[in-house]
Amino acid sequence: MFCDVCKSKEATVFLTQIVEGKMQKVNLCEGCSKEKGVNDPTGFALADLLLGLGAAQEIEKNPVGIRCPVCGFSQADFKKTGRLGCSACYDAFAEGLSGMLKNMHRGSVHTGKVPAKLASARRRSQELAVLQAGLVKAVKEELFEEAATLRDKIRVLELESEQESSTAAGEPVPMNRITSLPQSLPAAEEAVSAPKPRKKP
Amino acid sequence: MKLSGIIANTGEWLSGSGPHDQIVVSSRVRLARNLKGKPFPGWAKKAERIAVLEEVRGAVEQLPEMKESFSEKLEDLSPLEKQVLVERHLISREHAAKGAGSAVVMNTAQTLSFMINEEDHLRMQAIRAGLQLDEVFAMINQTDTELEDSLDFAFHNDLGYLTACPTNVGTGMRASAMLHLPGLVMSEQVNKIINSVNKIGLAVRGLHGEGTEAMGNLFQVSNQTTLGEAEEEIIGRLNKVIHQILEHEQNARQILLQQRAETLLDQIGRAYGILCHAHSITSKEALNLLSFIKMGVDLGLFPSQSRLQVDELFIETQPAHLQKGLQAVKLGSEERDSLRAALIRAKLKQMQEPEIGKIPITPPTSNTTTSEES
Ligand SMILES: [Zn+2]
Ligand SMILES: [Zn+2]
Repeated sequence: MFCDVCKSKEATVFLTQIVEGKMQKVNLCEGCSKEKGVNDPTGFALADLLLGLGAAQEIEKNPVGIRCPVCGFSQADFKKTGRLGCSACYDAFAEGLSGMLKNMHRGSVHTGKVPAKLASARRRSQELAVLQAGLVKAVKEELFEEAATLRDKIRVLELESEQESSTAAGEPVPMNRITSLPQSLPAAEEAVSAPKPRKKP
Repeated sequence: MKLSGIIANTGEWLSGSGPHDQIVVSSRVRLARNLKGKPFPGWAKKAERIAVLEEVRGAVEQLPEMKESFSEKLEDLSPLEKQVLVERHLISREHAAKGAGSAVVMNTAQTLSFMINEEDHLRMQAIRAGLQLDEVFAMINQTDTELEDSLDFAFHNDLGYLTACPTNVGTGMRASAMLHLPGLVMSEQVNKIINSVNKIGLAVRGLHGEGTEAMGNLFQVSNQTTLGEAEEEIIGRLNKVIHQILEHEQNARQILLQQRAETLLDQIGRAYGILCHAHSITSKEALNLLSFIKMGVDLGLFPSQSRLQVDELFIETQPAHLQKGLQAVKLGSEERDSLRAALIRAKLKQMQEPEIGKIPITPPTSNTTTSEES
């Protein structure tokens, strides 16, 4: 039987623990059990072993009892296996994941390859995020001319993405921050459209 | 194409050549991808896994580079066949353990292989001889781009490619090189190197066993992180570190030749003697002795035509490879040990006898003449 962590050496340390009523077994080689500091066979989670110490603690930052709305994967499942259930789990467990990903990787935003058919959508959603932040700021500072320009740009971009997602087979996974427009936007629109007629007479 | 037809031939990564292929055995890049909106294999129900398998396998088999290929469900392969694929680094141990709903597809040159429903829906890798990380990445990157046309991969605007394990999210890429480092092991520098490389987000581990215990003095260097850097940056960093390790290995060999030539020759000579005459040998002992012979070839003590034969023995002496002609019977470890010894004796007999004793003045492996103070 191979070690659950390095998967290359023969396991010699066998640990069992009960997590929420379920028995969980972990097999480790000598080296990995030392490296992971497993001297207390009852006080560990597989997530710690697979994802690094402290991972289980990070996972617990998620609201208690949370489940992925798409696949039903629970926080306990995540802690137990160190794996996620589906793509949507990344959003469902985002709170606990963000700290973990920061510790684990060199950055928290992907800067590499983007599938060609999602590239323009991704660029657009990034532009949108910038424009929306600008809009909120402009409204706050009562720069209504600028706000109007920004709003028009946002509309063009949104229209483009609507057209694309209705024709493309694979629509992009939307970014959280663009699916819901800032609360201030309806107010902004009023504010933007209100001054206009006043200027004309 | 049948598996037996493919595994009768040595993979291109072993028989082919590439830059620095005396020390860098092979370069490999693996990409992890998942289908949008489908649960990851570990959480999916059997029917969902099978549906993903059909979709992904169909797309992979349609690839122009996979015209001549082998494609099989894991459940239709014998334990021995799976083990042979593991020993050739074409599938992972975890994948070999999978049953219904998983498959493997590879090209006849064994440079491209696809694991379907391992930990992720698709893990594809390209592998070649020598230090060719850029070339291997270009290969697998193109395959990935072609697959995008027919498959919708799970991709997150902030996190990139989504994977079952958060350690792979972002690029989903694991790039690695297998290095033969007998000089660093003999001069007891290898742990120092492992520690310093681990500090910069890359990992070095023994291919079979850790640190100085690494069998056959074979080590794998790979990236640990996948998020926050572009693929090319990760490979660039890896390339730089591998070049440094290469230089250290060459220096270590040079110093051994200058300061401990007798010990070195003694060990290579003894390795040859034992391998020529042993009648029972474990995998561990065989790998460790073959490592000396391999270094002997690098140092010009053995004729250079012997290189492929020696390299092949590293794979051919692995347990499943030993038995691959004998599908029906499962051998015990004692029988394997004598079979292994016989195979090695036969191979070495074909080789021209070495002239161990003449120390090469300028070893062919080394391009550095300065020796480090240590
Ligand atoms: Zn281990
Ligand atoms: Zn989920």
